Amino acid sequence: MRNPRYVMLVDTRLCVGCKACVLACKSENNVPDGYCREWIVEDIWGEFPDLRAEIRSTRCNHCSNAPCVDACPTGASHFALGGVVLVDHDACTGCKACIASCPYDARYVHPDGYVDKCTFCLHRVARGELPACVTVCPTRTLHFGDANDPHSEVSALLRSREWKVDHPETGAEPNLYFLV
Amino acid sequence: MTSPVHETVTTRLNPAIDPALHIWGWEITVYLFLGGLVAGLFILSALFELQKAKPSTSSGMRSVPLLALVLLSLGMGTLFLDLEYKAHVYRFYLAFRPSSPMSWGAWILLLVYPVGLLLWLGNLPAALQLPVLARPMAVAQRWRRPLLWLSVAMGVGLGLYTGLLLGTLSARIQWSSTVLGPLFLTSGISTGAALLLLLPLHADERKTLIRWDLVAIATELLLLALLLIGYASGSSAARMAGAVFMGGAWTASFWSLVVVVGLCVPLAMGLLEVRKHLPLIALTPVLVLIGGLSLRAILLASGQETGFRLLP
Repeated sequence: MRNPRYVMLVDTRLCVGCKACVLACKSENNVPDGYCREWIVEDIWGEFPDLRAEIRSTRCNHCSNAPCVDACPTGASHFALGGVVLVDHDACTGCKACIASCPYDARYVHPDGYVDKCTFCLHRVARGELPACVTVCPTRTLHFGDANDPHSEVSALLRSREWKVDHPETGAEPNLYFLV
Repeated sequence: MTSPVHETVTTRLNPAIDPALHIWGWEITVYLFLGGLVAGLFILSALFELQKAKPSTSSGMRSVPLLALVLLSLGMGTLFLDLEYKAHVYRFYLAFRPSSPMSWGAWILLLVYPVGLLLWLGNLPAALQLPVLARPMAVAQRWRRPLLWLSVAMGVGLGLYTGLLLGTLSARIQWSSTVLGPLFLTSGISTGAALLLLLPLHADERKTLIRWDLVAIATELLLLALLLIGYASGSSAARMAGAVFMGGAWTASFWSLVVVVGLCVPLAMGLLEVRKHLPLIALTPVLVLIGGLSLRAILLASGQETGFRLLP
C-alpha cells in the first residue's frame, strides 16, 4: 500500500475569517490562553479603489522537506504518519532552533517549556475523523485528506482547481494548499 | 495620485513569537561570543606551540586551557539559561542529528573538556606539579603533539559551528549565508588573540600574537564585505535582509561598533604598534573584544527580524 501524504486545502474564495477553526483547534488541543496553533491572514492589495482582498485560515505547513526537522538537535521534531510533522514533547529541550528555522512562523513555546504547533489533529485522523478545524468550518473552506490517493477529495480538488502555496521559494515543499 | 498597496493583517496573537519573531536574547549572544573566543584560544595556543616545537613557559600560555574551559562553562551556562525546557537538557546527548549544527555543537562541546584538561596537565606550572598528578601528566605529555593537532581541529569545528548554527537557519534570511561560518571562526580567532594579549606573556609571544590578530582582523573585514556583497547582489529577500545594515535600523550600531570600533581602529592601532615598534597597549585587544561581542549581538538580534513573513 502507498504511504499517505496528508495535505490541507484552504479555499480562499470561501473563507470569511470567522475564526471558528482557530477556536475549535484551541478547544480540541487545550491550547493555553494567549496562544494559538492556527490563525487568520487577511491580504489586501491593489490600487484604490480597485482593491482586492483574500482571507485565509493558516497553520503549520507540514512541509515534506521540513527545515524544523533538519534543525532539531534531539529528533523531537519528526515526520509521523502521512508526513505530518510532530514534536515529541518528551524529547524537546526548548532550544528554539525549530522556531528560527520555520519560514511560516508556525511554532511557539508552550508555557510548559516544549515547542508546540499544529498536528493536523493526527490523534483524530488515526480514529478515522477529520481535524477539528475542518469539522467546524461553516463555509466548507477547509479540506483534509491523502494527496497520494488519486480518488481522494483533495486530489480531485488539486487537479480541478487553481492553487498556490505560501512562499514556495523556501524549498520546504509545504503541504498546505490555498485554492484561488 | 494613489499608489499600489499590499497590506497584510493577521489575527494571530502569539506573544512568544509575534510581532518581532524574537526568540534568542543575550544568553545566546554571550554563548556565541564565548564559544568563538574559546575556539580561538585552543587554535592559537596549539599552533603557537606546534610552531615553536616546545611548550611555552609563560604563566599566561600555561593557563590558557583552564581559562578556556572556565569561559566555555560560562557560555554553556548562559546557553542552559536560554533553554525553555531545562530539565530536558540531557536529551542533547541521547541523539546525534547530522543535519542539525546544534547537535554537532553539543557533541563538540563535550569533546573540549577532556582535550582541554589534558592540554593543561601536559604543561602545568611547577607549583601545581603534585605527585598525585604524575601519571595523568605523563599521559598528557606523551600524547602532546596529537592533542595539539586535535585542539586545532576541535577549535575550527567549534568556531565554524557557532556561525553555521545561524547560517543554516534559512528562514531567517539575513542569517542564511554560509559566510557566517568562517566569519564567526575568524572573529573567534581574533578575539582569542586579543584575550591572550591581555595575559602575562613573554615579549616574543606578544609580538607574534599581535601579528596574527592583525591578519585575523583583516580577514574578518574581507568576510564582512563578502557577506554584504552577498546581500546586495542576491534575491529581493537577500536585499531586504542586507538593507538593515545599509540605511536600515541596524546601520549605525553595525558600522560604528563592529566595523569602526571593533575592526578598523584596532587594525590601525595594531599596525602602528608593529611598524613603529610602539609599546602594546591594552586598549587595542579590549576594542577587538568589544567588536566581537557586538558582532554576535547585532547579527543575532537583527537576523531574527528578517523572516519570510515580512515579504509579500
